Amino acid sequence: MAHKSGVPMVPGNLPVLLPFAPRGPAHDEFFLVRWLGAIPLAWLTAAALLLPAAVMAQSGGAAESPLDKLLRWIPFLFVQGFLFNVLISVCAMAIGTLAGAFAGLGLISRNRLVRMVVQGYVSFFRNIPWLVLLFIVLLAAPFQVTVFGTTIPLPSWIKTVIGLAIPVSANIAEVVRGAVQSVPTAQWEAAESLGFTRRQTIWQIILPQCFKRMLPPWMNWYAILTMSTPLCSLLGVGEIISLTRQAMEAEGNRPELLLPFYGFALVLFLVYCYPIARLTMWLERRFAVKT
Amino acid sequence: MTQWTAEQPIVSIRDVHKSYGQVEVLRGISMDIMKGEVICIIGPSGSGKSTLIRCINALNDIQAGSIQVEGQEVHDAKLDKLALRRKVGMVFQQYNLFPHKTALQNVMMAPIKVLRENPAEVEARARALLKKVRLEGKENHYPGELSGGQQQRVAIARSLAMRPDVMLFDEVTAALDPETVKEVLVTIKDLAADGMTCILVTHEMGFAREVADHIYFTDRGVIVEHGAPAEFFTNAQDPRTRAFLDQVL
Repeated sequence: MAHKSGVPMVPGNLPVLLPFAPRGPAHDEFFLVRWLGAIPLAWLTAAALLLPAAVMAQSGGAAESPLDKLLRWIPFLFVQGFLFNVLISVCAMAIGTLAGAFAGLGLISRNRLVRMVVQGYVSFFRNIPWLVLLFIVLLAAPFQVTVFGTTIPLPSWIKTVIGLAIPVSANIAEVVRGAVQSVPTAQWEAAESLGFTRRQTIWQIILPQCFKRMLPPWMNWYAILTMSTPLCSLLGVGEIISLTRQAMEAEGNRPELLLPFYGFALVLFLVYCYPIARLTMWLERRFAVKT
Repeated sequence: MTQWTAEQPIVSIRDVHKSYGQVEVLRGISMDIMKGEVICIIGPSGSGKSTLIRCINALNDIQAGSIQVEGQEVHDAKLDKLALRRKVGMVFQQYNLFPHKTALQNVMMAPIKVLRENPAEVEARARALLKKVRLEGKENHYPGELSGGQQQRVAIARSLAMRPDVMLFDEVTAALDPETVKEVLVTIKDLAADGMTCILVTHEMGFAREVADHIYFTDRGVIVEHGAPAEFFTNAQDPRTRAFLDQVL
């Protein structure tokens, strides 16, 4: 009977219910860094070494190999392209974190109306596809804004920063809420019995304790955000994927260019995000033991 | 409201009722506690002891009745909670120290942040308090580096730093290892000897008998019996009290 119900039988022992562990990748808040961080470093090194070989094999002995063409473009692609992606991700993360921190506090507000409004914002923007949101922001936002008589232009890349910061803020809000609620209620009571106001309790007692707990999921969201910046290429922002496409066109748009050029972009993202993923996993393990 | 004087009860509880949903936890509790008295509340689990003392500093609200501390009604919507909490200190079963602060910082935090007192003065007082609870040399240790008994004594010092008039102890030794129970009880005994008004919920019968001026026995939300310790432990009248004492002594 026990076999049929899925409960494992150990010979000579009573049937026990083992902790349920779902199969397949874990879809928790760390899904990206878990996946990325699980790739052994040796594999990455091997792939990076094999890539030029694969490119050579494809080129078929032309006068100038695709690798030479790529080498010519690397400084441009890295400085004008990839660093721009990093800039977009850092700006979007900064805005998203700030807005998300306040939204997270809104989620635990004692004011029902505030809670409901913020909950609506968070639920909506956590579930909307990022690309759709980017298009909406791009098309709906004006190309310039006038504040106190000064006209500030809003280039596309600023709009994409805003478009990426919104879903990030919604997700960071959940991170903040989860971390605050992971602090035992006894801490609130101790603070209350010492005369701390709610605001003092949050800022001086609760948040400092959950800072450590927020760091790994926050870094996870940064990795996701960075990997999502190529979405901006669809909106005509000159980040690495747009520039890669332009570079390939300049080199005659030959099919053997696809692997080295896009492969280079892939390697850049991997090299940037892989350490973040490993560090996040390490931090998460460390804090999990200590708390 | 007339001015409270030291001849009147410092804590006055009148016919307090409290329920969680359908469950009535307190069903008409009354007691008067004079300044400098040590009161022990004992009774079986779930008899409402902890709820009662949590009501005294307004951590829990009540449905009916009145609780006054120094003549001030605690369950009044207009209550200045800060004023109440300056008067009433509380120590919890699980210590509830702030884990991100050292022992000294735990003690100093509330007077500086809440009362906005001079940090240098507070530090001197905090060091003296830690010395008083026999934790000299542990000032810069984090709660995680201290034993349960040491943490609990930091918690007592933290409460005392607010210079309360009444101290509430909610089963403060229940989570401790047997060998550290004593060091906490000695600290409380010192406090009582200094004239601090103490209200304790406890399972330490020997301690209650030794230090309490008055013992209350509660069962199912009512006070079954109360009296001076000598009388209470040797000559309990109510069969429920006797049954309880037979089990624990």
